[in-house]
Amino acid sequence: MSVSELELNEFRAEVSAWMHDNNPADPGFLLPQTFMEVGDERQLEFLREWQHKIWAAGYLGMAWPKEYGGRGVDPAFQTIADHEMRRHAVPISFNIIGLGWAGPLINDIGTAQEKEKYLKRILTAEDVWCQGFSEPENGSDLGNAQTRAVRDGDEYVINGQKIWTTMGNFAQYMILLARTNPDTPRKYDGLSFFLSPMDIPGVETRPIRKLTGEYGFTETFFTDARIPANCLMGEEGQGWKIAMQTLQYERGAEAGAAGGQMMVRVTVEDMINELQGVIRDEAAVLDDPLLRDQLVKAIMEEKSLVLGVRRAAIPGLSSDYPGSLALSGKLRMSESTRRMRQLAIKLQGAEGALYVGDEEARQRGFWQRAYLNSFSATIGGGTSQVQTNIVAEHVLGLPK
Amino acid sequence: MVIGNTTLTLTEEQGMLMDVAHEFCRDKSPVSVVRAQLDTELGFDTNIWKEMIALGWTGIALPEHCGGSGLGVSALVPVFEAMGRALLGTPLLTTSLAAQLIMRASGAAQESRLTDIASGTVATLALNEDSDWGREHFAVSLDSRGTLSGTKRFVPDATVAKLFVVPVQRDGELAIALVDASQLPDGAIRPNTLIDETKRAANVDFTGVSVEEERVISGAQVADALHDTRLIGALLVAAEATGSAGACLDTIVEYLKTRKQFGKLIGSYQALKHPTVDILIDTDSSRSFIYHAASVVGNDSLDVDCEIACRMAKAQATDTLLQAGDRAIQFHGGMGFTYECDAQLYLRRAQWSQQQFGDAQHHRKRLAKLLLG
Repeated sequence: MSVSELELNEFRAEVSAWMHDNNPADPGFLLPQTFMEVGDERQLEFLREWQHKIWAAGYLGMAWPKEYGGRGVDPAFQTIADHEMRRHAVPISFNIIGLGWAGPLINDIGTAQEKEKYLKRILTAEDVWCQGFSEPENGSDLGNAQTRAVRDGDEYVINGQKIWTTMGNFAQYMILLARTNPDTPRKYDGLSFFLSPMDIPGVETRPIRKLTGEYGFTETFFTDARIPANCLMGEEGQGWKIAMQTLQYERGAEAGAAGGQMMVRVTVEDMINELQGVIRDEAAVLDDPLLRDQLVKAIMEEKSLVLGVRRAAIPGLSSDYPGSLALSGKLRMSESTRRMRQLAIKLQGAEGALYVGDEEARQRGFWQRAYLNSFSATIGGGTSQVQTNIVAEHVLGLPK
Repeated sequence: MVIGNTTLTLTEEQGMLMDVAHEFCRDKSPVSVVRAQLDTELGFDTNIWKEMIALGWTGIALPEHCGGSGLGVSALVPVFEAMGRALLGTPLLTTSLAAQLIMRASGAAQESRLTDIASGTVATLALNEDSDWGREHFAVSLDSRGTLSGTKRFVPDATVAKLFVVPVQRDGELAIALVDASQLPDGAIRPNTLIDETKRAANVDFTGVSVEEERVISGAQVADALHDTRLIGALLVAAEATGSAGACLDTIVEYLKTRKQFGKLIGSYQALKHPTVDILIDTDSSRSFIYHAASVVGNDSLDVDCEIACRMAKAQATDTLLQAGDRAIQFHGGMGFTYECDAQLYLRRAQWSQQQFGDAQHHRKRLAKLLLG
């Protein structure tokens, strides 16, 4: 399928105009900045309605088959729609585990019945999906997951505990990684992958209150929870392979994801714009020489991240320590984001002490909350300290 | 957009120069050769310099009709990165900058000088009069009879230079005087003792030297040309510093992988491992910035994107080298405190590099104006 440049440009203009016209007004409460921050029913219902609206307008799941709620067009269209959502900083498409993980997987290897049952309802946000990979004792070591799934007739019986389940308390379904065989020589080979219902006896979710005071994750307990045997994806023992397959859809619509955006991007520029009007020493804060120096450093950090992505794509310019930019990417990005948000609070002066809920807080306390939430990226997916060890050992070749 | 231009490319010519330069510097300038030059008058091996001329490096950024290869300043970036990696001195840096200033300020009028430089004449840029890299007005002056007075300081490779390119003031206007080494009286050159023993510089007293009118470049374009040459100087020093930081990192990593204490390789201690990764990350940033700058800087007058790119490159790269050199000493322990340990070469180079064409704060101060108004 080839699409003309003209067609794409026309579409870009169309979707840009739509996002501009339909970007919701401030709802009067602070919206989640990422899909990991959906903390209450009010936010959930707002985002459910918003995602449904994008889908109904035809800008979500564009490359998915028509019979399952998509439009069956070239993924290039969805890539453009995603780009315009980001550019217009519209609210997130919160059902991201469905749109970007479970959905594309079902589309790729699911049965006709599974596609029929799940795909459209992912797009419309009628079904919310969550992911059950991490466990309390196996945060960074997914391959060692110990939650058990034991075949019993036409069912599997699930026992164990998952943690950091995004929207676990709102979800209808979970992509679940569980151990069907505890005796395999390689721990990975004992894992299986399930599309597991959440609204059944024996599944209990307990919301985790984050340092922000809000919710967004749960602990999920399985106590003799019985799920139909046909919830198994692929064969028993293929769980690790399938779980890894879900990760590749992160690359976006071209890789099979339905599209949408999982976070509202925040840049140094947003921070600088927000600081217009802040006073320090009876003059504009942006005139303070020391703070200007810190802002320039922050701008350079952000620019360096963008340049790093460009350079990593040029083999001749990334050969001195191969893999360095790729392996340090998460570390650099998450730490830079954390520092930038910390600075954003500091620059507010006395108002930096206000928090979400105070009507005089700048942008409803957006930066304060964003700073506290930024630790989810410096801790989740391997802490910065673990990441630093990885870079030291795999890039520099330093001993363990 | 405050992040602005993020172009980053590598041309085929840059790529080829990078390979050639890395190989040349690795073969010709191992650390034993660098050390052999630390206490010599010139500070470099003239045979290596001749080979660099033969390779065409003095003409890389000069136009073809002047005997150059017409590749522009961008193509010098990989060369200086390679030279920095090998701590290879030579007058290439100051010669290149002297040529840039002549080319940018004089158009076709001084092409014969550029032809001389492309074919190997050592030139130098005599810029500083004091410690201030922000100085716009010069005290060294050219009077109405064409006689110079005043002293330039920190003039790179002055003892070997044949041509001095000297920004001066004449009637309150900025001008450039071109002075031959043969015009200088005995004793005019007083060498500095530099912290970086791979580099050479001197105070040069130009008082009493007569300059013929045809050897003076004047006009409104001189100020812009000088502004651009300073930025290019910052970029080339940044490229050199990035190479040195990479080599310094290699030195640290090698030691951390071989030295044992308390029964363990010291590289296994996170107190050493983590700051070393910080140096890697900063070196990566430096490389991104210098090649971004190399992607946007051309032969034309430098626009604001170019200025931002050059200043960011300098602000990042020389601070990175400062930190790398500093930690290299510390992580080598007692060995690091000795003259014999190569870590000192990088630490000393770092002090020199940070001062050339303004330190990180000098550039961030100007970036703040460009980025924040």
